[in-house]
Amino acid sequence: MITTTERPPGAPVLPRSTDLPTSRLERLPSPSDWTFELIETYHTEIAKTARSFGLDTYPNQLEVITAEQMMDAYASVGMPMIYRHWSYGKQFISTEKNYKRGHMGLAYEIVINSDPCIAYLMEENTMAMQALVIAHAAYGHNSFFKGNYLFRMWTDASSIIDYLVYARHYIAECEERHGLDAVEDLLDSCHALMNYGVDRYRRPQKRSLAQESAQRADRERHMQQQVNDLWRTLPRKSEQATESEAEAARRFPSEPQENLLYFIEKNAALLEPWQREVVRIVRKIAQYFYPQRQTQVMNEGWATFWHYTLLNTMYDRGQLDDGFMMEWLSSHTSVVFQPPVGHRAYSGINPYALGFKMFTDLRRVCEKPTEEDRRWFPDYAGTDWVKTLDYAMRNFKDESFVGQFLSPKTMRDFRLFAIRDYQSESELEVSAIHDDSGYQALRESLSRQYDIGNREPDIQVWSVATRGDRSLTLRHTQRNNLPLNDSAEEVLKHVARLWGFDVHLESVDSGGRVSRSWKAAAPKQNY
Amino acid sequence: MAILQQIIDRRLSGKNKSIGNRERFLRRYKGQIQEAVRRAVSGRNIRELEQGEDVTLPRHDVSEPVFGHARGGDREYVHPGNQEYLKGDRIARPEGQGGGGSGSGEASDSGEGEDDFVFRLTREEFMRVFFDDLALPHLVRTQIAEVPEWKSHRAGFTSDGTPNNLHVVRSMRGALARRIALGGEPRKELKRLEAHLLVLKAHPQAETALIQKEIRETEELIAELRRTMRHVPYIDPIDLRYRNRVKTPVPSAKAVMFCLMDVSGSMDEARKDMAKRFFMLLYLFLTRHYERIDLVFLRHHTQAQEVTEEEFFHATETGGTVVSSALVLMDEIIKARYASGEWNVYGAQASDGDNWHQDSGRCRELLVDNILPVVRYYAYVQVAETEQNLWQEYQQLEGVAPNFAMRKVSDAQDIYPVFRDLFKKEGVPA
Repeated sequence: MITTTERPPGAPVLPRSTDLPTSRLERLPSPSDWTFELIETYHTEIAKTARSFGLDTYPNQLEVITAEQMMDAYASVGMPMIYRHWSYGKQFISTEKNYKRGHMGLAYEIVINSDPCIAYLMEENTMAMQALVIAHAAYGHNSFFKGNYLFRMWTDASSIIDYLVYARHYIAECEERHGLDAVEDLLDSCHALMNYGVDRYRRPQKRSLAQESAQRADRERHMQQQVNDLWRTLPRKSEQATESEAEAARRFPSEPQENLLYFIEKNAALLEPWQREVVRIVRKIAQYFYPQRQTQVMNEGWATFWHYTLLNTMYDRGQLDDGFMMEWLSSHTSVVFQPPVGHRAYSGINPYALGFKMFTDLRRVCEKPTEEDRRWFPDYAGTDWVKTLDYAMRNFKDESFVGQFLSPKTMRDFRLFAIRDYQSESELEVSAIHDDSGYQALRESLSRQYDIGNREPDIQVWSVATRGDRSLTLRHTQRNNLPLNDSAEEVLKHVARLWGFDVHLESVDSGGRVSRSWKAAAPKQNY
Repeated sequence: MAILQQIIDRRLSGKNKSIGNRERFLRRYKGQIQEAVRRAVSGRNIRELEQGEDVTLPRHDVSEPVFGHARGGDREYVHPGNQEYLKGDRIARPEGQGGGGSGSGEASDSGEGEDDFVFRLTREEFMRVFFDDLALPHLVRTQIAEVPEWKSHRAGFTSDGTPNNLHVVRSMRGALARRIALGGEPRKELKRLEAHLLVLKAHPQAETALIQKEIRETEELIAELRRTMRHVPYIDPIDLRYRNRVKTPVPSAKAVMFCLMDVSGSMDEARKDMAKRFFMLLYLFLTRHYERIDLVFLRHHTQAQEVTEEEFFHATETGGTVVSSALVLMDEIIKARYASGEWNVYGAQASDGDNWHQDSGRCRELLVDNILPVVRYYAYVQVAETEQNLWQEYQQLEGVAPNFAMRKVSDAQDIYPVFRDLFKKEGVPA
């Protein structure tokens, strides 16, 4: 989770929390420079406050790092370590360039979904900012990682760091044995398919690193055997084959497969065992990031809500002084600023702004419901807000969270409206606005917008010519007639590199017709 | 319950974690980077050569393709900040942008625009690419030059050392000073007491008990003082001084580079510029291998003279051309100043090839007899296309003398490739 400090001009100041202090506490010292003792003091107090709200987190590990190290972390997809690849170098170079030229504020916090949960504090931050980061990352994100069902289902916080260490070593070893080029090419191809390397419905087994390594050799042997089995070079004599066997042979795989990398790992005939293992590593890492891609609004909203709530509670109890509050609030307001459409800083809905607003509003619905809220949220209006927010955090992803909790008030506050853009029509149409007749439509429309299935083209393994040229056919099922972009051809070449034989891609429109197709020839060097 | 917390200072560990990724990035775009460095070299002057360089890669080259949606199709987007619209309002489709304003889902992908990817090579990276695959030819000594030799010489005194380095005079001087410093007050007192004793002893009533008592007391004080003064040691460990020896690197390989250039009227600015770049490159190249490099600039028309760098590149004269005059002068200078055998001599000659007819044969003889035997390498660059008699004469040397090379350069862009070619490593294509 990366939070940037980009600060659009004219960010509005949010009203303060209306919490009444429960008891006055001793004021914490607030010099602008942090010290380790001070961080510890603040952390202790923030932790106490978080516990009073019942936030359940992994243990925290706070690490103080330099700006350069932050750029390093930023460049390696926010992980404390990852295998070497040129694209991370590219990322680092452009981050460094933008940072040095002052084009962007550096992420002021990175937090890793691991157990213990690692949160980075940047050396350059003031004490107030460190407190903000601790509240945001170490209690907000951390409790989300531990509580949200997608993370619980898909990521194993206790083993991710070990797995990354293993992956890095394994890939370094491959580079040594097979050369940088071979590994780089392979990783390029895997990265191109990374978004298609996830299981959406099945839950992976949780394994420890030791088991993982122990099983690797077995897996390699077994898998090679399976693949060989699939690609027996001698076809059976046709008279021996029954009708049903011939039918089965014609359709492989028997059902379309959505996890392209998994399919390749298990079935690509020409991959060597080490290459299969690299495909697997990329797939595992893609899977680890999959929940994050689906919960950005919730995760950032949750973390922002909690840093706001925790620090305000501490202020109300007399622990924080005004200057301290002003400092982090100015950063807070810039993070949750939502430029309106047409503003030069506008680039879609700010997930921090929307998520923060939705959690804040849900608390309001619980505490001071209006008549409208009672109609819209009969189950939540007037309930204990801490429990209701906890329930919302645990059981939803962005798509369903918006579908369930986007309130008319939030839609009005954001002045949301929906624009319909149909290719058959010459003009755009405003299909819904924030009025009585539009709330439901807006909510559904925004919910669809966060459905990862709508954001990414639906591409699956369709068939393999097991008896013919062994070519692989992928099928793109168009939703709402959305065409594929120009990268399709390039990506297809990567698929062909992995598959080892010709690869076809068919784009099928809503009428079931193949409206466009691509082909990538098998790479020569494999023969 | 204790709060589980851990604060770790990571600031000193794991710096430059991305260096490996950066190397892989540079490696991937090696071709483009080499091209950028080549361009930089041809467009710069020597004082700026050792800087980094901006490298521009087309955005398309560094992009990583993934499946995504293109414009078109039927979509609906929710935007914030409605000012005036009502349901059912129709809006003209904005030019150039699909998806009603901008797509929110893909904002981060498409938001970067189509700018080129520009990054800066560091000075080290620039030089590494610049000197990639280049090496000094036929050189054994350069190997030595890479590892500097150390020379030990005296550098003052230290208070710590081995007995054989003990400096007795210095140590004693220190001891004396210390004894003076520590013994000053007691000695003054002693002198006073001794004087007092003499006075007492010479006193007319020296026999009286009172005086006797005082004499005794004074004598005791004197004895006491003498004892105290004996406790100031004659020599103390802190007095010891040792000769200090430090090691300094000595340039084990020195080089002198002779730049010979024709400044006759036919050498116009463009040609001189080419020659200049060639010399610059050679100089820069030699600085990688030698710690000390002398430059000797010899220009000639019908007569040769040794000049400063400024004059070398900026004066133009007219008149005939006698190339051999410069070679004679070079030979003289080598004999006079660089004959000791400690010097690696390099010669680089630039000319348009136009020479007084009878002189070219003599040039070849001078090279063969006097110069080639004493130089490491001699490179001749002709900055003109037409082959004249000097070229023909020199061509007889090519292949015969292993430390002689000649090339033609007709455009500034050619300098670097020619240079690479001349100084390429054995077996590495330029």
